[in-house]
Amino acid sequence: MKKLSALIIALIVALAPLNLSYALTDSEIEALRGTKLYVYNWGEYISDGQDDTVDVNAEFEKKYGIKVVYDTFDNNEVMYSKLKSGGVSYDVVIPSDYMIARMIKEGMLQKIDFDNIPNYKYIPDKYRNLSYDPANEYSIPYTVSYVGLIYNTKMVDEAPVSWKALWDKDYSNQILMFNNPRDAFAIAQSLLGMDYNMESEVAWRTAAALLKEQKSVSPVYVNDEIFLKMESGEDALAPYYVGDYLTMHDNNEDLAFVYPEEGVNYFVDAACILSGAKNKLAAELYLNFLNEPDIALANAEYICYGSPNEAVYTNPEYTYYEDELLYPEEGAFKTQMFTNLSPETLALMSTLWDDVKNYIPSGGALSSVFFGGEDNSPGADAEKMTAETVKYAICIGVFLLLVAAYLLFRFIRKKYRDNI
Amino acid sequence: MSKRASFASRAAASPYIVWAALFIIAPLIFVVYYSFTNASGDFTLIYIQTLPKYLPTFLRSIWFGIVATIICLLIAFPLAYIISQKSDKAQRTFVLLVMLPMWMSFLIRTYSWIALLQDTGIINSFLNKLGIDSVHMINTGGAVILGMVYNFLPYMILPIYSVMAKLDYSMVEACQDLGGNTFNVIRRCIIPMSLPGVVSGITMVFVPSVSTFYISQKLGGGSFDLIGDVIERQFQQSYNYNLGASLSLVLMVLIVISMAIMNHFSEGEGEMVI
Repeated sequence: MKKLSALIIALIVALAPLNLSYALTDSEIEALRGTKLYVYNWGEYISDGQDDTVDVNAEFEKKYGIKVVYDTFDNNEVMYSKLKSGGVSYDVVIPSDYMIARMIKEGMLQKIDFDNIPNYKYIPDKYRNLSYDPANEYSIPYTVSYVGLIYNTKMVDEAPVSWKALWDKDYSNQILMFNNPRDAFAIAQSLLGMDYNMESEVAWRTAAALLKEQKSVSPVYVNDEIFLKMESGEDALAPYYVGDYLTMHDNNEDLAFVYPEEGVNYFVDAACILSGAKNKLAAELYLNFLNEPDIALANAEYICYGSPNEAVYTNPEYTYYEDELLYPEEGAFKTQMFTNLSPETLALMSTLWDDVKNYIPSGGALSSVFFGGEDNSPGADAEKMTAETVKYAICIGVFLLLVAAYLLFRFIRKKYRDNI
Repeated sequence: MSKRASFASRAAASPYIVWAALFIIAPLIFVVYYSFTNASGDFTLIYIQTLPKYLPTFLRSIWFGIVATIICLLIAFPLAYIISQKSDKAQRTFVLLVMLPMWMSFLIRTYSWIALLQDTGIINSFLNKLGIDSVHMINTGGAVILGMVYNFLPYMILPIYSVMAKLDYSMVEACQDLGGNTFNVIRRCIIPMSLPGVVSGITMVFVPSVSTFYISQKLGGGSFDLIGDVIERQFQQSYNYNLGASLSLVLMVLIVISMAIMNHFSEGEGEMVI
C-alpha cells in the first residue's frame, strides 16, 4: 500500500510539469489543504464580509482549505520594525513602494514564481516594472492611489488649489496633518518644488523649517482619527489618501477633494512574499487569488483605493468605473513616487521630524492653556521655546523646593520632639 | 531539616525568580545595552549626548505628570474617605463603580474623549444648545491632563481607600475623646494613617502619567510631544532602538529618583505629619 502511494506520488511529480506548466496542479493545491498562511496587511485593507461584502479570507479558506492567519499594521515603518525585530513570521505582506525597495535591498523578500500566478495577466504594463521593483520579481501591485487635499465645503468657501491652504491662518486649529514623517515632508517638499527622494541635508532642513512654520496654525497630527474628525465636520482641511476620502465622503457629503497644483505623492501598495515564508506555495496561491477578477473587484469596492487590476477598472459595473479622482488621466497633475532613502537620510528625517513635533511657535496650544495672557508677538519663536522650557523648569523647581522644605520641616520637628 | 526546608522554599520561589529575571532584569539590561551602543553594536555615547535636545520634552512630561498627580490626589482623597465612611454594602458598590471603567479598554475610553471634547463634540454642542459659546478644549495641554486624570484616577482612589477601610477606628475615637473636632480628626488622625496608601497612589499615577504616549497623541493632537511619544516613535517609526533606549533609561532614572523621594514620606508613617 505504501509502495503504491509512493508510486502515485512519484507519478504525479513526474507528470506535474506536463500537466499545467503555468500554475499549481490540483494535487499540489490539494497537498496544501490544512496548512496555515500568515498574512500581514494594512488595517481596513481587505474586503472582510462586513455589510454583505465578500469575505476574501473566508472565501480563500473555503476554496483551498488553507487557514489564513491575518494581522494588520498602521504604517510601513511599524510593519518594518516588527518584521525586523524578529519574533513574528509571516508569509505574505503588503507594503508600499519605497518600503518594498528597502526590503528587497535588505533581503527581506523573496522572488515570486510568476508561473504560479496566472492572474498576473490582469496587471497591465503601466503597473509592471515600477521603480521600486524594476524587473518585477518581488511584488504584485495590490492598490494604486494618490495623496490629495480633503476639505469641508461648509468651512472652506473657495476650493483650495495649493498645499498652501494647510498653512492658512484663517483655518487655525482646523487643519489636520499626516502623523508620519515621509508623507508630511512630501507636502513641504511639493511646496518647495523639491524632489521627495533628495539626499541633500540642506534641502531636508529647509523642508523641516517649512513644517515648523506650519505649527503656527496649530495643525493636529493624525493617523486614522482623521475619519472621526473630518466626518464629524470638526476640521476644515486635511491631506490624505484619495481612497479614504471616498469612504469619508460616503459619511459626510460636505467633504470635497482636490489634487494640489504643486504635485502629489503617487503610490503603489503591492503584495510580496517574505524571505522567511514557511508556506510559499500557499502564498503564491493567495496572491493569485487576490487577482481573481471577482475577488479584486470586491476588494476595490471595499477599500475604495484604485485597483491595478484591468478586470476591475474596465468593468462598467464597478462603482468607481472611470472615476476621475481614483483613475485620473495621466499627466492631469504632477505626481512623484517615493523611493528608498539612504540610512543617513532616513536618520536625518526622523531627527528633523522629532524637531518639528517638539517645536512650539508663538501662541501655541500649550502657552494658551497654562500660561494665558502671553504676548504673541511673532518673530520670537526661539526665545519662546526657551521661555516655555524655563517655565516648566521653574514650576518643577518650585514644586521640588516645596517638597524639600516640607521634608526639612518634618526632620526638624522630629528632632525637636525627641528632645522634649 | 532546616536546610531541606530552605531548599523547598527556594524551589518554590524559583519560578518567580526565573520570571523576574526574564521579564524584569533582562529587559533592563537590554535597555542599558542599547543606550550605550550604536546600530552595529559598538560602544558609543552619541545617543546619550543628543539627550539635552529632549530636555523641554522631559520637563513638559514631568510637569504634566505632577499636575495630573496633584489633581488626582485632590479628587481621590476626599472620595476615598467618603466611601470608607459608608456601609459595607455601599462601599462595595462604590468600589465597583470606581473600577467599572477599567473593564473597558483604556484605548477606547481615551479615543471617545475626542468625540466629547472636540469643537463640534458632545460637550460643545450641549453648550451651544444652552446658548453658551464653544470652548476650545481638544488638542490642548489641558485635554491631555484631563485624559491622564480620568484614566489614572482609580489607581489613586483604590490604594487610599483600601488603607482607609482597614483603619483602626479606635484611634479616631481616641482623637475625638481628646477633644478633636472633625477637622482635627482628619488632619491628625486620618491623613497620617492613610499616608501609605497616598504614597502608593501617587507612584501609581505619576509613573504612568510621565511615560504615557497614547493620551497625548489622541487628546493633544500630536502638536506637542511628551517623552513617551518620542520613545514610542523611536521604536515604532524610526527603528532607532538605541536612542529610544537612552531616552527610556533617563526616564527610568528620573522615576527611581522620584520614588526614592516618595519613600521618604512613608518612612515616618504613623507619626503626626502635619
